Amino acid sequence: MSGHEHRDDVGARFGMWLFLFTEVLLFGGLFILYAVYLHRYPHEFVTAGGELNVWFGGGNTLVLLTSSLCVAIAVTALQRGNTTLCLRLLGVTIFCAALFMVNKGFEWSAKIGHGIYPGSAHLHDLPPGEAVFFNIYYVTTGLHGIHVIIGAAVLIWTMVLIKKGRVNAGRWVMLENAGLYWHLVDLIWIFIFPLYYLILH
Amino acid sequence: MTEQSYAADRGFLSTGRPGILGWIFSTDHKRIGLLYLWCIVTFFCVGMLLGLLIRLELFSPGADIMTAQTYNAAFTLHGVIMIFLFIIPGIPAAFGNLIMPIQIGARDVAFPRLNLFSWWLYVTGAALALTSLFTGGGPPDTGWTFYVPFSAQTSTNVSLAAIAVFILGFSSILTGLNFVTTIHRLRTQGMTWMRIPLFTWSLYATAWIQILATPVLGITVALLFVERMLGTGLFDPNLGGDPIMFQHLFWIYSHPAVYIMVLPGMGVVSDIVPVFARKPAFGYKAIVVSSLAIAFAGSLVWAHHMYTSGMSDTAVLVFSFLTFIVAIPSAIKVFNWLATLYQGSILLDPPLLFSLSFILLFTIGGLTGLVLGAAATDIHVHDTHFVVGHFHFTMFGGTGMAFFAAMHYWLPKIYGRMYNKAVATVAWGIIFIGFCVTYISMKVVGMMGMPRRYFDYVPEFTGLNQLATIGSWILGIGLALMFYNVIRGCFKGTPVEANPWGGASLEWQIPSPPPTENFGEDDPVVTHGPYDFKAAGIL
Amino acid sequence: MTEHAHIVPYRTFFIVWGLLLLLTATTVAVAQFNLGPFNVWVALLIATVKSGLVIAFFMHMKYESRLFLLALFAALAILAVFIGLTFFDVLYR
Repeated sequence: MSGHEHRDDVGARFGMWLFLFTEVLLFGGLFILYAVYLHRYPHEFVTAGGELNVWFGGGNTLVLLTSSLCVAIAVTALQRGNTTLCLRLLGVTIFCAALFMVNKGFEWSAKIGHGIYPGSAHLHDLPPGEAVFFNIYYVTTGLHGIHVIIGAAVLIWTMVLIKKGRVNAGRWVMLENAGLYWHLVDLIWIFIFPLYYLILH
Repeated sequence: MTEQSYAADRGFLSTGRPGILGWIFSTDHKRIGLLYLWCIVTFFCVGMLLGLLIRLELFSPGADIMTAQTYNAAFTLHGVIMIFLFIIPGIPAAFGNLIMPIQIGARDVAFPRLNLFSWWLYVTGAALALTSLFTGGGPPDTGWTFYVPFSAQTSTNVSLAAIAVFILGFSSILTGLNFVTTIHRLRTQGMTWMRIPLFTWSLYATAWIQILATPVLGITVALLFVERMLGTGLFDPNLGGDPIMFQHLFWIYSHPAVYIMVLPGMGVVSDIVPVFARKPAFGYKAIVVSSLAIAFAGSLVWAHHMYTSGMSDTAVLVFSFLTFIVAIPSAIKVFNWLATLYQGSILLDPPLLFSLSFILLFTIGGLTGLVLGAAATDIHVHDTHFVVGHFHFTMFGGTGMAFFAAMHYWLPKIYGRMYNKAVATVAWGIIFIGFCVTYISMKVVGMMGMPRRYFDYVPEFTGLNQLATIGSWILGIGLALMFYNVIRGCFKGTPVEANPWGGASLEWQIPSPPPTENFGEDDPVVTHGPYDFKAAGIL
Repeated sequence: MTEHAHIVPYRTFFIVWGLLLLLTATTVAVAQFNLGPFNVWVALLIATVKSGLVIAFFMHMKYESRLFLLALFAALAILAVFIGLTFFDVLYR
């Protein structure tokens, strides 16, 4: 047992899951704040929430769910030795990530154009509960957006390694782990979407 | 072992890439552990100097050696350095890295490169924290707790400090993640869960807290950063925010953090006491369960730091009740240590002396914690020097002493050289006396009403403050002597063999200093528990 | 040490994806109705089911050892504790 390369795929995945837990707790802090302020400002959250566009939000939800599908299939593809399909699917995932960010860009610019952004004079004039909604919306979706970019970067790096043959049908745990991170990005949005875009009552 | 044979084989200290690059880019857990150790000791000394300066300023009422603004910065820095650069990484990053993989029979941790990255993050965070001293509006003056609204408004460089803390937190998280995976996956054959040394168990419990609680600190300082930079106002009442929510988020991490600080210390004591009592640990399972119980229960009690904040009476009641629960597993450990010592064959060597002081001083600190945990009495002592005394008893008298115990216990293994035990004993005595004079005085003056973080105080408190300051000088002398002796011992002490203390856990079965791959070609096979001296052939 | 791979069929993923789209449509639909305080809880419930599907299938949790699931529940339990205990303050101010 000694002397040869020590490879532990289960350990590698376990480590990745532990890291995902830290991300859950990181966003968890923001969800604690959201819960508290939703409880405190139920009407203002509805008013402010109504200003968010459910098409942008819902559209981005579909984009991320589809990107997760692509990553999941990509893992199976690689495991079956179908490297070309794997790379194509990862490419689609990156495209979805870009699409998500573009959508987000449009959404944010629209809001910013209306004077709704952290520190703005308009936000100061709004009822406090509405200001809180928009501030926590920006912080949460901003942090999520950063994670989309990080996740995409990790996937791109994985694609490079697959092209080089360092990640392949015999050793795919790096792709699995990159995929796990990407699915987390999707998971967080699964909660962000209803909490921010579907507060209608 | 002769000086010649020692010089010929210095194990991991001399193998590998030569020069400083061979150290700062090493993925060997032992080299990383030493990198951490010397950084941590350095920052402890910096923090200690700040502490001495604070005590000097408090020698008499009014300004003595610094302005009020400087004083605020001094206690903030003292706290930030001691907590984030010394105590939290302290035992896990230094001794956990040095010893834990060996204790479970592994060659290294699960993710060695991540381990190196953790150290680099630590160094980066430390550099940024120190940079905040000289940039922006100068060193933060908010106290290490960074409470809003002041921290959101002050012109001092809180923003940079927030980034530094975030990075340091990330370092802590990655270490925790590495250790949990290592302990699950890399135990050698025969190393069942119930044969793991209690030090490693304590690191396991600690690592879970590092993973689950530290991210909340991350988001808290990130929110503070955007509050300052972007004016998000999530803690600003003018914008609908709630400043008490900052305190909740802050303490959700920072209370479990004190268990990150103390659990490894308890683990060190749990390993040392059996060896120096020549008896197996009493209640091994109880110590394991209580470690995990402390980790869990410690995450239920954070708002006992907030009784006077303005939160609801219901919360005050609930958190006060929960706080009493967490004292129970700690007490269980104390009973177990004492039962291990009882009718043991006691060797009063330096590791045991520091461990005994841990037991006494942590217990006293814990008892004063009950005064603070009970809401009714806390109203009287909140934010007084009683609190300062309490946490110095637990963190310094507790974890600090355990850190020193670990140094005296394991550095002879790591460097293969023994310090002067007589000098170590004298240093310990001076430290113990200085500690008691300093911090008992502090608790008394706090009980009398002297607030903490105040630059000045009324003349009635002068006597006790002077006593505390004199105590700090005695403490400083003792610490200086201790460090001089133990560090000199590492490089110039008498060479020792593999097992100078007669321990039965795996680290004592390999040479001192250990070889790079710990156990040579073949993985060890374990057939007995870590305190089974008979089976190990030592008794 | 190559481990025996659990290769999840493409079909499984497509079915899960279909369910996820369905649940997304459901949550949007339900949100149109005024259920008072239950709106948030229903939304969270649906989100939880969606997450469960992503975790179990996309993230392979269904095929991992029980340790992984236990650890996940520990993390979620701690988060729930953090939120819950905070509400002892917020609810009763």
